[in-house]
Amino acid sequence: MASEKGIKLLDFWVSPFGQRARIALAEKGVEYEHKEENLLAEKSELLLKSNPVHKKIPVLIHDGKPVCESLIIVQYIDEVWPDKAPLLPSDPYQRAQARFWADFVDKKVFECGGRLWKLKGEEQEAAKKEMIEILQILEAQLGDKKYFGGDTFGFVDVAFVPLTSWFYSCETCANFSVEAVAPKIVLWVQRCMERESVAKTLSDPKKVYEYVRFLKKRFRIE
Amino acid sequence: MAEDELKLLGMWASPFAIRVRMMLEEKGLSYEYIEQDLLNKSELLLKHNPIHKKVPVLIHGNRDICESLVILQYIDEKWSKTGPPILPIDPYDRAIARFWAMYIDDKLLPSFIGFMKATTEEAKAEKIADTRTALELLEGAFKKCSAGKDFFGGDSIGYLDVTLGSQLGWIETAERISGAKLLDEAKVPLLVDWAKRFLTLNCAKKTLPTVEQLEKYARELQVTRWKVATAN
Repeated sequence: MASEKGIKLLDFWVSPFGQRARIALAEKGVEYEHKEENLLAEKSELLLKSNPVHKKIPVLIHDGKPVCESLIIVQYIDEVWPDKAPLLPSDPYQRAQARFWADFVDKKVFECGGRLWKLKGEEQEAAKKEMIEILQILEAQLGDKKYFGGDTFGFVDVAFVPLTSWFYSCETCANFSVEAVAPKIVLWVQRCMERESVAKTLSDPKKVYEYVRFLKKRFRIE
Repeated sequence: MAEDELKLLGMWASPFAIRVRMMLEEKGLSYEYIEQDLLNKSELLLKHNPIHKKVPVLIHGNRDICESLVILQYIDEKWSKTGPPILPIDPYDRAIARFWAMYIDDKLLPSFIGFMKATTEEAKAEKIADTRTALELLEGAFKKCSAGKDFFGGDSIGYLDVTLGSQLGWIETAERISGAKLLDEAKVPLLVDWAKRFLTLNCAKKTLPTVEQLEKYARELQVTRWKVATAN
């Protein structure tokens, strides 16, 4: 594996984490081989070999060397290809802010979103309340800026935008509206979608919802 | 406050706060340390970390930096000319360091803390096994990252040394409470040697609480907060 040249991305079509890596690679104009893993079946030998610790996607394999964990992959891509479309600002404090907010998105959005479509009744209501708070915090952080990083599309935008394809599923399962609680976030999504890297990468929210319904049936959450 | 004054909001037993203190010591940076009572959060903490309300918080002039690993990277970048780098220079090595730091915090720490919170013998045994598995993986990580040198960071301590080093007291506490050897020289000899070396360093001696203090604290938490034991 070590002697193989080039860039490979092990991914799964609907994974927002894989999409972070794809957006970063697209922003940088980097050519790579996209390998779709079927996570619903057995994991491939390459995946198990490249990510023996977590056995998860995405994995970026660069000249045979694997990089795991989506935000680590995005930072790696930014550091290896620093000249085009820098994703992190150059000022240390601004970088700290970007890392903090990407971490916030990581810790809060997906996990809470998962509870929204997996649970019912009181637990779902609690998750809904929490999600609204999370969205309001992100709304406040975005403010009137074009992107989370300011005028340039950056790290926090890459971290968050793929998760927004799951809004429709959360809204439908838990009966609430993201636009009603976070209108600026909705407009920000639209602005991000004007970028080719995002438009070509994000899953159609209706397809995500089909997938969510499939998972619910599979795991008998109905 | 002056533009470049440094303050750190921390808590004596928190490995997250301790690792930042270790790095500030290592870099020779002066700062004011302000101990926080996490059961009775101060106005200061709520003001400087309104989102998570947790320690550590580094206050640099009028700027707040939260999340220990974010703080370590900030220190690395802001004081890049003071002493050796905290993270490696090469992007791939940096990715590896970030990966293992995440692993230490997301897998190792919850395992031994989980042991102390466990109520059944079965759960306790599972957590001990998880801790051992995590340490074995970290033994491999140490071998790769150190490349034969003394520390994860090579000749000098770095990101992974303080991330794991800040948890050494807690690991020993878990050993005492469980009676199980976790940093076992038969299973993880490189880590055992690394730990011995690390604990002789000034930054460790100045910031790590004693195992006696931690054991007392852990047992108190078991009774009062985690409710897995009754007071003796």
